[in-house]
Amino acid sequence: MTEACIVGIGIHPFGRTEGVSGLRQGEFAARAALADAGLEWSQMQFAYGGSDAAGKADTLVSQLGRTSLPFVNVINGCATGGSALYGAYNTIRAGEFDLGMVVGFDKHPRGAFDPNPADWGLPDWYGETGMMVTTQFFAMKLRRYMDEFGISTASLGRVAVKAYRNGALAPHAWRRTPVDIDTILNSPMVNDPLTKFMFCSPGEGGVALILASERKARELGVTGIKVKGVSMRTRPSGSFEVFAPYLDVERGSSASVVASRAAFDMAALGPADIDVAQLQDTESGAEIMHMAENGFCRDGDQEAWLAEGRSDIGGELPINTDGGCMACGEPIGASGLRQIYENVVQLRGTAGARQVPGTPRTGYSHVYGAPGLSAVVILQC
Amino acid sequence: MVTARPAHHPLATDPTPRLIAGRDASGRYVFPLPADGEYQPVELPRQGTLWSYTVQRFAPKSPPFRGLLPFEPFAVGYVKLGATLIIESRLTGVAFDAMRIGMPMELTTLQIPTAPEGEMLTTFAFRPVTAGST
Repeated sequence: MTEACIVGIGIHPFGRTEGVSGLRQGEFAARAALADAGLEWSQMQFAYGGSDAAGKADTLVSQLGRTSLPFVNVINGCATGGSALYGAYNTIRAGEFDLGMVVGFDKHPRGAFDPNPADWGLPDWYGETGMMVTTQFFAMKLRRYMDEFGISTASLGRVAVKAYRNGALAPHAWRRTPVDIDTILNSPMVNDPLTKFMFCSPGEGGVALILASERKARELGVTGIKVKGVSMRTRPSGSFEVFAPYLDVERGSSASVVASRAAFDMAALGPADIDVAQLQDTESGAEIMHMAENGFCRDGDQEAWLAEGRSDIGGELPINTDGGCMACGEPIGASGLRQIYENVVQLRGTAGARQVPGTPRTGYSHVYGAPGLSAVVILQC
Repeated sequence: MVTARPAHHPLATDPTPRLIAGRDASGRYVFPLPADGEYQPVELPRQGTLWSYTVQRFAPKSPPFRGLLPFEPFAVGYVKLGATLIIESRLTGVAFDAMRIGMPMELTTLQIPTAPEGEMLTTFAFRPVTAGST
């Protein structure tokens, strides 16, 4: 079977870049990925790309070159990047093409997202009465989890401390100043128990990856990072997802649990085999819950993990080594690809001050978003 | 004062507040009742227990939110209604620091002042069960 690998990566710094459109940030990332791979746009046989709020990715051909390549636009919420990679990976695996690009970018206005209920199949009153707010969901899923599994507020603070500490070491991060735990815990409450410094913000940025079949990579004389597992899954019955006017009494698992298992099965690897992980950290609690949903620890064990620094760079499983969404912000179309970018940098051993020690060989990334979908990518070098 | 209730709102108020959900042939509940007629309307229990909660501390983006500014923080939660469903709802009549998972709650109505028309939006809410409640 044809396997795919990542042979080029590029990123436009995350955060706020006044006067530069999301599309231009995608173009910047695309050119950086081509330069990184030592390739030309004219060599790209296909592309997948998308943004949630910053335009149609295929219009990038106006800037990059009108080569008539097939360019599939992907719009899949927070899993836009993951879904684009999924498409590109399968295009290569099917043997149709052997070299192509995945690009994701976005540019969101300040503040929380402002969803239209009808777009989500929900009645207007749900939004009118103030319940269609993503941050409420994160807070209520977390509140329940904390009660059930004994997670402390201090743990929420520790996750945020780690995010800003790691972000300070990542050139592409937005928030690059360490923040102490007292400042985090005492910052204004947004949705109890989550304070302002425990949340990520919608932001801007662009990421591009170049995928090749292993044979093509050898032909080009480049060493790629292998894509060992790719999955994208929607919510199962009984899960607790964002924008849910009701939940089933009979509780089930989550989109993340299902996506994680599928990716591990495909890669023939397990959580213990992973050396570095990027997990969706829309807020502190999401990282904590996603540690368990992705199989890296049991429910409740996060309390000890965080107290002992096991998810720090240098810990047994470093998590969100570039500061994650909390330090990088969340441009929806680019966010999942940033996680993959960070894992490639770590597996190449070129992460500088934030490099995971001990030559990591496997990287795991997990993105989650509304209305309950997750994408997981497992890389190996 | 004008009061209004949006289309397909699940609250019935005659004679007492009731929430209307849907139930399909397999017995599965959905909320609110879909308009397509595939589900039988079914009245949900009026009492339940608080399953999770938070406080909305900032004004949600408007639209879709119609609440009046300046914004007043409000409580919101999920209430488990017996063996039927766990419903997301505004919470009322409870101090923010008194909310606890498992506390008994009962259905009531809530009037939300809206901007800019000044009309009241009537919706459902849950409040703690107090002594003497039925």
